[in-house]
Amino acid sequence: MDKILRVNMSDLSTKIEAVPTAWAGLGGRGLTSTIVAAEVPATCHALGANNKLVFAPGLLSGTAAANSGRLSAGAKSPLTGTIKESNAGGTAAQMLAKLGVKALIIEGLPTEDKWYSLHVSKDGVTVQEETELIGKRNFAVVEAVEARLGKKTGLLTIGPVGELKMTAANISVKDPDSKLRSHGRGGLGAVMGSKKIKFISIDDQGAQGVKVADPEKFKVAARTFAKALLDHPVSGEGLPTYGTNVLVNILNEAGGLPTQNFKVGQFAGADKISGETMNETITARGGKVRHGCHAGCIIQCSQVYNDKDGKYVTSGFEYETIWGLGADCCIDNLDDIALADSIMDDIGIDSIETAVMFGVAMEAGILPWGDSKEMLRILNEEIGNGTPLGRIMGGGAGSLGKAYGVTRIPVVKNQGIPAYDPRSVKGIGITYATSTMGADHTAGYTIATNILNVGGYVNPLNKDGQVELSRNLQIATAAVDSTGMCIFIAFPALDIPECLPALIDMINARFGIDLTGDDVTNLGKHILKVEHQFNIEAGFTNIDDRLPEFFSTETVAPHNAIWDFSGAEIDEFWNF
Amino acid sequence: MLITVKLFATFRNGRFKVAGQALPPGTDCRTIVLSLGLTEEEIGVVMVNGRHAALDYVLQESDTLSLFPLVGGG
Repeated sequence: MDKILRVNMSDLSTKIEAVPTAWAGLGGRGLTSTIVAAEVPATCHALGANNKLVFAPGLLSGTAAANSGRLSAGAKSPLTGTIKESNAGGTAAQMLAKLGVKALIIEGLPTEDKWYSLHVSKDGVTVQEETELIGKRNFAVVEAVEARLGKKTGLLTIGPVGELKMTAANISVKDPDSKLRSHGRGGLGAVMGSKKIKFISIDDQGAQGVKVADPEKFKVAARTFAKALLDHPVSGEGLPTYGTNVLVNILNEAGGLPTQNFKVGQFAGADKISGETMNETITARGGKVRHGCHAGCIIQCSQVYNDKDGKYVTSGFEYETIWGLGADCCIDNLDDIALADSIMDDIGIDSIETAVMFGVAMEAGILPWGDSKEMLRILNEEIGNGTPLGRIMGGGAGSLGKAYGVTRIPVVKNQGIPAYDPRSVKGIGITYATSTMGADHTAGYTIATNILNVGGYVNPLNKDGQVELSRNLQIATAAVDSTGMCIFIAFPALDIPECLPALIDMINARFGIDLTGDDVTNLGKHILKVEHQFNIEAGFTNIDDRLPEFFSTETVAPHNAIWDFSGAEIDEFWNF
Repeated sequence: MLITVKLFATFRNGRFKVAGQALPPGTDCRTIVLSLGLTEEEIGVVMVNGRHAALDYVLQESDTLSLFPLVGGG
């Protein structure tokens, strides 16, 4: 039987609960957002006793379905003040699903000034005091926990940034190679730090496993689904070869690559940090071009990036990180960006928020444009050690910009705007403005249709059709985020007719139910409305669904594009 | 007329990154695609001067044509 594990940090008690009927058909984001909306007062302090941190594997996690190993984490965000869902790969989702853990809910705050760890196993969850690893960075935590509990142990951990409750802190998830994937956005690492939990270990020995109601039907659907993923040029060839970083050149050509803190839309050094260059560099240095963040991933968009001497530097080296520390900071040294990526994993900070923050820091004059060595020093010594400047920077782009009187701060609901200029790619601007998460490209990835010709084409420089495009994608994404599927299954799902029905067939076969395409769309709508309602109760209004002023007053080269949506046009988004 | 052709991702294999080409007036994007040994089916995105264009777009003096296979990320 599936169960809910509940930990109360106020009295260090734990409980195993039955899954309420209303939650039975939910997983991933659908479940974490439902639990947060039901149990967390929207007006609470995100780092206080009334916030809860919730983890849930997706509906298909733990099955043989390709790319189904994503874990959802939810809470009220200390960065945005909104509801927050952030999902990540790694091994934890599949382990939790096999243990029958529908969700892990962590509530309360410890009364004593002590740190703890949690351990999840077939017997439930336990709380232990932790002393040895406090203050330690993430890779040291991985090594120590593996030495204590064994190599196969699953792990969720926070670094010093999370311990110090900086609002850009992430939660790291161990991947199959003992490296890290991240619940990056929204400062959920600070919520874990507020509850004084350094790490959560998972042991799936003796797990019940995932029961599939109709194994034959599941097998057929899983095969069709996997074929669609491998047949589509994006998921079958582009992502495995170049990773997400293939986007640098195409956004640069389209004039949508934010450069020098969103001053212009093209970067002279783009080719040096592009996916094509990265692919050549990795190959020449004996790294790996393909790499999966969880077992069962057949897209393999990750990679292993080595230094000049062939020594491992980082993996999961993403376009948004490379764009942000690269073009947005005018840095064209990919090796230094790779080092920064590794430090951010180690200290436990969101690589998107931090990249956007560095663009603002350079605009503020804290370090010169393009100074990658000083950026590395700041990451290691200021943010990593929690100096006063480091803590302001660890609060993200909004925190630093405010402290230094910067007027051009690219955030929505205080979350940094990633990688795509909303003036020259207008659909994504609607997603940034309206997402319940604050500026989040993954919430409704209109780049697919605005730039990449996937799922049709909507002119990125024109207002027509953008609200509808963003709405449809946000609804679909909320549903996909509930399945445990990687977001990149959207590329084949938008273009290959058999893909989405096969996904629905897998869910039906897994649970012995009979969902239709409409049911799935309605689930997506329902999740968005639950999240939106939470934000309204937290005090957000339609005025918060707006981009920063400078996007409407400064044009962006080369197309001299401007953000020209009226408030009323943006508000149409919620008309469903 | 002179135009610039830029190739990306797998299109660079055995070809080039950037090249100037002298072409007769009236040449469209499709003609260049075929002259490079690419097929229409392989083409994901065509941009002329940073704007999406159709394959039958007729190129003008000093245009930049960028050709991509279907790629994605995010």
